[in-house]
Amino acid sequence: MENLSKTCLYDKHIQLGAKMEGFAGYEMPIVYTGIKEEHLAVRNNVGMFDVSHMGEIIVKGKDAMAFVESIFTNKVETLDFGQVAYGMMLYENGTIVDDLLVYKLNNEYFLLVVNASNVAKDYNWIVENSDKFDVLIQNASEDYQEIAVQGPEAEKTLLMALNIDLSNLGFFYFANYDFKNHHLLISRTGYTGEDGFEIYASAEAIREIWDVLIEYHVVPCGLGARDTLRFEAALPLYGHEISDKITPLEAGLKFFVKLDSDYNFIGKKALLDQEENISRRVVGLELTERSIPREGYEVYKDNQLIGHITTGYLSVSLEKPIAMAMINRPHTKKNTEIFVKVRNRMIPGFIRDKKFLEKKYNKTKGA
Amino acid sequence: MSKLVEGLYYSKSHEWVKPLEDDVVLIGITDFAQSELGDVVFVDLPEVGNTISQEDEFGAVESVKAASDLIAPVTGEILEVNEELVGEPELLNKDPYENWLLKVKLENPDELGNLLNSEEYAEFIK
Repeated sequence: MENLSKTCLYDKHIQLGAKMEGFAGYEMPIVYTGIKEEHLAVRNNVGMFDVSHMGEIIVKGKDAMAFVESIFTNKVETLDFGQVAYGMMLYENGTIVDDLLVYKLNNEYFLLVVNASNVAKDYNWIVENSDKFDVLIQNASEDYQEIAVQGPEAEKTLLMALNIDLSNLGFFYFANYDFKNHHLLISRTGYTGEDGFEIYASAEAIREIWDVLIEYHVVPCGLGARDTLRFEAALPLYGHEISDKITPLEAGLKFFVKLDSDYNFIGKKALLDQEENISRRVVGLELTERSIPREGYEVYKDNQLIGHITTGYLSVSLEKPIAMAMINRPHTKKNTEIFVKVRNRMIPGFIRDKKFLEKKYNKTKGA
Repeated sequence: MSKLVEGLYYSKSHEWVKPLEDDVVLIGITDFAQSELGDVVFVDLPEVGNTISQEDEFGAVESVKAASDLIAPVTGEILEVNEELVGEPELLNKDPYENWLLKVKLENPDELGNLLNSEEYAEFIK
């Protein structure tokens, strides 16, 4: 058995009877009572996730903004202080080092939140590409623990439970808050397609917050529900829809790549070259017969292999067999009839958009 | 603790076999199997008239998270498929011993000897 780290909430997961599994070097809760129940709590009410395993990398110094611009696909300069941007870091060839959130504290201080499984790789890659810049780069993953509180009732619950009023915090904005004697960084962000928040704080603070939220009947949710929720919102997961062999254009994430800006982030040139002739793309897919398209299953058109499933489920919210799939062009057009090979049987379906469900982000608030 | 029923035969791939009369048996999955799987959302079963062969895959039980192959504990012809599970796969979570998957006519009743009794199975899943 490999040596797995524990998050600061480990004992609480065990007390709750969670099924634990190794993930990105951490022993993480996969499910507490049932993936369906946890999933629906987030869609209809409010749930919380221990995401303390996520990586936090601080970039600060005189050249911090210029440096982040040189490694990040999305806008940086035009972000407000206190604003968050989603984007990717790319290799020269345009494939993806990782996807991440960039928190802009000010022009000389950025917090990068990266995937747990990529922290060491990301940190090394960031440092390697920083020699021309006057910046200090720090892997602060041990200092930041994190809970995600997600669902339509998240804002109201946090007001009642923590006495923190988040009603003026805008979508993809963050601010500092106090809880008892603790300092919290809270952003209106998430990975579920619902309104919600991510709370960064010390281990001690996170443990206290977890207990208070349990008292307020916030449903603890495991990585199982985290995946079914992000999937229905068509959000990519590193190692599935995106990887070091896939570019953002192939992943259908062009919206988060500022190809028309003046900034020359690493990998931009490769993407401009690729833009004219992309050979494959991540699309949505739906089966018309009862079955479940699982990750890795092959997709066929007229007996010809045209791609594979990157993530698929019998959708918990929609109760339909849907998937995201990497499909060769020109078979990526909507309504193309395809077959998915499930246990040596060809199950019919069609290519569709990835808008599996309407996202319910709260974009009306403040800031 | 996983529930067990005495008098059934158990496979190491977590199926149970319940002998009825005239070499006809019911086949299902164990309580241990359903609890490992979690919420069952889909059961993929073969059709009546087909045959299954001991130790060969014959279908799958799928939870939200994953598909788990069903391995035939015996060889024989399928007489009946539990259609109730198509509409209500979660019945397998509620009572895996009451909600059987297949009714099968054994081709070789001696095969039951290759399976575990309830005590041996209890030891196996410890």
